[in-house]
Amino acid sequence: MAKCKYDWPEASDRRLIGKRINRIDGPTKSSGRAKYTYDINLPGLLVAKIYRSPYAHAKITAIDTSEAEKLPGVKTVRIIQGVGKEIQWAGDEIVAVAAVSEDIADDAVRKIKVEFEQLPHFVHEEDLQQAGDHAKEAGGEKGGDPDKAFSDPDVVISEGFYGIPTITHCCLEAHGNVAEWTGANLRTYSSTQNVSGLPGQIGQALREQGVNVPDNNIETICNYVGGGFGSKFSPDRWGIEVAKLAKAAGKPVKLMLDRNMEMEVAGARPSGYAQIKVAAKKDGTIVAWDSHSWGTGGPAGTTMPPLPYVLNIPNKITRHTSISTNTGPGRAWRAPNHPQAALLTMCALDDLAAKLNMDPVEFFSKNADLAGERAEVYRQELRKAAELIDWQKNWHPRGDKSAGTIKRGLGLSLHTWGGRGHNSNCNVTIHPDGSVEVTLGSQDLGTGTRTVIAVVAAETLGLPVEAIRVNIGDSKFPSSGASGGSTTVGGVSASTRRGSVDALQQLLAVVAPSLGVPADQLVAVDGHIQAKGDAAKKLTWKEACAKLQVKTLQVTGKNPGQCALGSSGVGGVQIADVSVDTETGLVKIHKMVAAQDCGLIIDLKTAESQCYGAMIMGITYALFEEKVMDRATGRMLNNNMEFYKLAGIGDIGELVVHMMTGPGYDERGTIGLGEPPVISPGAAISNAVANALGVRVPTLPITPDKVLAALEKGGAA
Amino acid sequence: MEAFEYARPTTNEEVVKLLTGAKGGAQVLAGGTDILSLMKDGVARPARLVSLQHVKELRGITFHPGTGLRLGATATFEELLENPDVRKHYPALAQAAEGVSSPQVRNTGTVAGDLCQRPRCWYYRAGFGLLAIYNGKPLVPDGDNRYHAILGNSGPAYFVSPSSLAPILVALNAKVKLHGPQGARELPVQDFFLTPKNDQEIEHALQPGEIVTEILVPAPGDVKMAVYEVRQKEALDWPLAAAAVVLNLEGDTVKKVRVVLGHVAPVPWPSPEAEEALTGKSVSEDAAWEAGKAALSKATPLSKNVYKVQLARVAVKRAILRAAKGEA
Repeated sequence: MAKCKYDWPEASDRRLIGKRINRIDGPTKSSGRAKYTYDINLPGLLVAKIYRSPYAHAKITAIDTSEAEKLPGVKTVRIIQGVGKEIQWAGDEIVAVAAVSEDIADDAVRKIKVEFEQLPHFVHEEDLQQAGDHAKEAGGEKGGDPDKAFSDPDVVISEGFYGIPTITHCCLEAHGNVAEWTGANLRTYSSTQNVSGLPGQIGQALREQGVNVPDNNIETICNYVGGGFGSKFSPDRWGIEVAKLAKAAGKPVKLMLDRNMEMEVAGARPSGYAQIKVAAKKDGTIVAWDSHSWGTGGPAGTTMPPLPYVLNIPNKITRHTSISTNTGPGRAWRAPNHPQAALLTMCALDDLAAKLNMDPVEFFSKNADLAGERAEVYRQELRKAAELIDWQKNWHPRGDKSAGTIKRGLGLSLHTWGGRGHNSNCNVTIHPDGSVEVTLGSQDLGTGTRTVIAVVAAETLGLPVEAIRVNIGDSKFPSSGASGGSTTVGGVSASTRRGSVDALQQLLAVVAPSLGVPADQLVAVDGHIQAKGDAAKKLTWKEACAKLQVKTLQVTGKNPGQCALGSSGVGGVQIADVSVDTETGLVKIHKMVAAQDCGLIIDLKTAESQCYGAMIMGITYALFEEKVMDRATGRMLNNNMEFYKLAGIGDIGELVVHMMTGPGYDERGTIGLGEPPVISPGAAISNAVANALGVRVPTLPITPDKVLAALEKGGAA
Repeated sequence: MEAFEYARPTTNEEVVKLLTGAKGGAQVLAGGTDILSLMKDGVARPARLVSLQHVKELRGITFHPGTGLRLGATATFEELLENPDVRKHYPALAQAAEGVSSPQVRNTGTVAGDLCQRPRCWYYRAGFGLLAIYNGKPLVPDGDNRYHAILGNSGPAYFVSPSSLAPILVALNAKVKLHGPQGARELPVQDFFLTPKNDQEIEHALQPGEIVTEILVPAPGDVKMAVYEVRQKEALDWPLAAAAVVLNLEGDTVKKVRVVLGHVAPVPWPSPEAEEALTGKSVSEDAAWEAGKAALSKATPLSKNVYKVQLARVAVKRAILRAAKGEA
């Protein structure tokens, strides 16, 4: 077949792509040599702390910073929000202080006196009836004829309430920056998932606030980031303040959020609740959907999750109510709005399958055509996941009827995501000594970006992975997209591929005369440049590069560009096997399996790791996580790692990941993976618990109180 | 955290002097697993921290078949777990220590620190005071009380005693030895814990300048014992309910039994109701369940913690069955 020049190598020619390859920065990270923003300590560094609102809703009536300013060691005090400002959530920034040490900065913050006029706050949205003026209609749509479909006497209808609460991102490395001015130039060391995009945002905000600095004077550096999950695209207000403090003080300043504020103001996955009615024919064909959903993402409310999810039900009516609350603003959280949509849809459909007395694998396979072009992918993934969990043997209809107080159940969920590669530019450089580097303003969110870049360049140039130096994490490098929407692997692998192919082509042109073979008859294989079909005519990579003499070869690779190297759209099926102690309401995960496609996989190991990490994160939000807000004080009660519970190693059970690869998958090219596998765990686990108990625990997290309350209403116990 | 003075005495006498002589208050630093977080959260602001690390007389674990077990105040959870006499003669103490499922906390946390640690009530930890008063009203009864008390909670205290070891120590009739400006004194562990009646009182009996020096556990005799904790996570997590049981059996019949609940009340909660329900019965699933029900018969759950009643019943039942089985 006619191949486009940048196309990925055929399966038989892949030495590295699709294999399990260790992360190239693994040793650096695990030995502690990797420097995160938190580790940046510059000479003369000041530490900044922030006075934050203790109230969820209040107007500032007076600020007195005089005592703080007098404290020895305090260098700068800046009012962020002054008298008259209305605060909309507890923890919002009011005054920033930079001092010579963290202790002094903390002391100074304690000496700041702010007076407030307290205003009524609203922090709980689960009960829509209590939302009053905080609730606003926020759209919906209608398709087909739902009224007619629901009134058909031959359909089976299932109705229920389902929900998933607001959780916080809980990045292990808190949000924060170090800012350093050198003359008119600003450098920030930022914990970010948006290296190339940060200087523009910082510059614009500074200029709007009277600090005249052009974008080209700003450099952002982020070599390693301790988690972002969608919460670190923007410099945030504190990222602008730190630059202003540094300018005022004439010294570099570090401002990292404390853990409690990381949890209160720097992370919030919006909640999603819904009253749902679904109908199917007696043979299991889903015919109608009716949902009224609501949720909050803080003061700005929420938008409707994509309901119904994955399956395009022919007759449907949806309605969404957005609720504004006095809580920290919502941020994108790994697959924004999809975990909510999956929980709401897959639980409602699972309840319908139970009412129909149908096996969910059969039920979803039967209805997979509603997923459109990926119907067959879902069928294959359902088969694979069912096989991995031994569904035939382990599944039973709703309610484990076996004796004893421990009930076991299986549950599944489907998900989807886009994941098209973002815009990316990279420089591929071949030095005359044979060393190679790929340089781009990307970042490694923890996903293995560096490794993927190295694998692609090494594959293309016929070199081992270790031969490639990868430079990322600096905004002065060629600009590359933010790591969001599962777009990074698609973007950087494509730009690196194009750059590497072009660089190789130029090298071959230089080398061709000395081998007496036309450049288009040369290939790079196993550290050599050699003639196609005549291995005798060859040079080692080093010898070949020496022909460059003093001319370093540098080529820019771009995405998008010529030849389609990636696409968009994945499926994914997960199944959970749980047991529930009906005396205590405790849920244990035995095993979870994921069957996941993402087109052509560059590094199977980091791809699988993405799925493992996502499943762990999913188990955690299914069983433990929620932002507990206090009605009276408007504060988050569990703003710490003690009562904001996260799963430990003993809580996650056995995880099995199967990546769908080979014909039908590889030819789609690269597609991102960071998000899809985190979407289904909540629904799969909720469905497994319902299967074990014979009764639905309507909302996540599935805690003992809720399990016991559900059992009171009836179930297998 | 505010600046503070740090003292490192080597004897009990010096400790007491340093504790009483500090303007602005002094606090003991043993394992530090609690006091440091209280200071970071601004809940405790001692002017002086008195480290017990170099006080040799506070260390160690010793056992004599006749007199029983002596736990030095600064013995760690890990030392307790590794001690063969503890494992052999007091398996339930080791079970309680195992419930602290963090190697870091087991390595640094001390047995006296376990008794003296402050409650984990999230209102208290957020700075609203031990009784969690806001605008003149208690926050707990109408607030998020999912982890609060279901017994002994008529107010104004609604928190639960966080101690892992106290329930089994009470069940074993252990005593705590204190040392203060007035010299040494001994108290039953049960009497060490108090329910504060107002904001001037705290949840234990230590007087100003007084420290715990030892925990003395009588020789167990021919008993079976167990602790059962209901925790949501395998990883470090506070129990939602716990029970400690010490059984004297005559054949299959319960001659005498002690049942003490943890994490359900402001103090470790002995249950004469459960003891009465089980005494004279042979141990069975049903008898244990009846004892669990009896233990909670007077429970007064708050708005969001009814579930803890069930968890505490189950803890009692499973502790009884675990004790009877003699599983270590």
